[in-house]
Amino acid sequence: MIEIDRITKVYDGAKAVDAVSMTVETGTITVIVGTSGSGKTTLLRMINRLEEPTSGEVRINGESTLSVKPHILRRRIGYVIQGHGLFPHHTVARNIGAVPRLLNWPREKIEARVDELLTLFSMDPAQFRDRYPAELSGGQQQRVGVARALASRPDLLLMDEPFGALDPIIRARAQDDLRHIQQRLGSTILLVTHDMEEAIRLGDRVAVMDGGRLVQHATPAELIARPASAFVADMVGNVERPLRLLSLIPVSEAVEDGPAEGEPLPAGSSLRDALSACLWTGRTAVPIHRDGTSAGRVTLDAIRARAGLHE
Amino acid sequence: MSLQGPWAVLSAPGLLFAALGLAALSMPFMTLSANRIVAGDGVLAWRVADPSATLPGLAAIVAGLMLGLPSGRTRLHLAGAVLGLGGVLWVLMQGASALLDGAGDYARVSPSVGFWFLLVVLMLLMADALAAMTPRPLLRAAFLAAALVATAAILSSGALSDLSVMQEYAGRRDAFRSEFLRHLGLAFGSLAAATIIGFPLGILCHRRSRLRNATLPVLSFLQTIPSLAMFGLMIPILGWVGTTVPGAQAIGIAGIGFAPAFVALLLYSLLPVVGNTAAGLASAPAAAIEAARGMGMTPRQRLMRVELPLGLPIVLTGLRIVLVQNIGLAVIAGLIGGGGFGTFVFQGLNQTATDLILLGALPTVVLALVAAIVMDILVELARPTQTVTQ
Repeated sequence: MIEIDRITKVYDGAKAVDAVSMTVETGTITVIVGTSGSGKTTLLRMINRLEEPTSGEVRINGESTLSVKPHILRRRIGYVIQGHGLFPHHTVARNIGAVPRLLNWPREKIEARVDELLTLFSMDPAQFRDRYPAELSGGQQQRVGVARALASRPDLLLMDEPFGALDPIIRARAQDDLRHIQQRLGSTILLVTHDMEEAIRLGDRVAVMDGGRLVQHATPAELIARPASAFVADMVGNVERPLRLLSLIPVSEAVEDGPAEGEPLPAGSSLRDALSACLWTGRTAVPIHRDGTSAGRVTLDAIRARAGLHE
Repeated sequence: MSLQGPWAVLSAPGLLFAALGLAALSMPFMTLSANRIVAGDGVLAWRVADPSATLPGLAAIVAGLMLGLPSGRTRLHLAGAVLGLGGVLWVLMQGASALLDGAGDYARVSPSVGFWFLLVVLMLLMADALAAMTPRPLLRAAFLAAALVATAAILSSGALSDLSVMQEYAGRRDAFRSEFLRHLGLAFGSLAAATIIGFPLGILCHRRSRLRNATLPVLSFLQTIPSLAMFGLMIPILGWVGTTVPGAQAIGIAGIGFAPAFVALLLYSLLPVVGNTAAGLASAPAAAIEAARGMGMTPRQRLMRVELPLGLPIVLTGLRIVLVQNIGLAVIAGLIGGGGFGTFVFQGLNQTATDLILLGALPTVVLALVAAIVMDILVELARPTQTVTQ
């Protein structure tokens, strides 16, 4: 558990981060979202003490981050930045093994860990181990950057706009990969972005920052349904709120017995996918399949019932 | 540069080299003079000896220049350059003994403008061919070693011992050896001292921008002092140190000699070493530095594992500048009794003996060239990733 306790950063009399408190549960993804200048990156960088807080403190599993030397603290916290920051003169294997080497792991253990991580990120170790970063595609560089941050099994992974330099298709795949890997490893992740779409897609909880203050910290569904201020509503995008809400709900929650015509959808789809299929093919219901067999249908009425607040 | 139409089969640089080379053949190839002081008379290449003796050499020169003509045949160009240089050497060897024959006991023969011109043209042809072949660093080192071995073999074979410059050498074998060592001591010693002082200073300048802003202008100012003035300035300064600081004279510090020359070279060396060290360390990508900090590297680990390896080519480029610059500047040490090849240059100037000047100047040029090539190879080997395919 990460506890951020009334943390403040003052630059030249101006409060970049103003008494932010929040708790991050172990094994979850929290996305900090805000416009530029909102203090989101400063907040992130105070957690591994790349910036020293003016006041307040951060506790990781109950222990204050101020109780250890900064470089020792940072070896326990993974850190991923925009544009990956790989060492251009080191091979993929040396890049990934950088933190374990700082921690003086034995060589065989580092090699085994590098191969394990490359496999986890679907990169064949034999093929990629000895390549240099310049010989990789943008998506591969980004994956190596995340693998490097995970190498020493850190308590916490900090990510500062990790997908900012990727094109939209690669970015979507990288986000899916991150979700899968996080679920498999049970990592605790704090991720900073300016993209609300990314925040809703990845976050178990989303923290919205504005002018150095934390204006709302909630689940994505809550954020869409009950934005705490006009600013949050603006960030979520008023017009798209029903669609964003539907994208968070799996079809399995609205499935009912009964027949439906046409191309079926897999049970893992969202209600937004189902709505899209209905509108595109002019149907009022779509069949749902689970593992190749029929699992019922989702109707347009059922989708409509979930698309907003109908109290 | 490429030619159009039917001329496209010819290499443009090759045409230029051939034209210049043929023009050089119409200039005096060697000079014959009555003694080592007076000006001599120029002799054309085909007149330096009996035609039957010079003909193979002349044919090789012309053939070599022609081999440089076909477009895009770099190996052929290289072979042409080697053949041409062999021809030049052949004519020089034949001419040296033939011209001296019956010319008197004090007569001297020297290579003249035509020889030097041909030498430059053929070496340019060779350099052009080698550059087009883009050999890997180790292969370049092998080429350099082969060229040096060949030069040493020719010089020690005695084939050129009739030349005036070699006669100047013959009378000064021991002095040449000791001045050579002295020259190396001045150039490499001041480089080593500048590295010992300048490298840590460069690291500090990288870390603290205020120190950098204070240091670099001072070092730039030192660099602008003309070299003769700098060596001259050292005389009163070190003379004062030698006479007032106890024990200074005992370790050889005096107004003239090795110490002032060494200090002057050291001062010239500091700017390239400090400046390039600071610039090299700053050349590491900002994201890599940020990542290094974020993963928990200490400033020292960041320096040793990230900044230094990535900046090494730039740091070495600074050392290359210093080494080549100091090999040349060390000649002036001869003026204040510091020794080195400058000794021969200034003796030659005083005696108006051109070949004695050459005895000092030629080895200096060769030394600077070799140092430049070797340092270039080291800079290339230090590049962090040699194969970059994007």
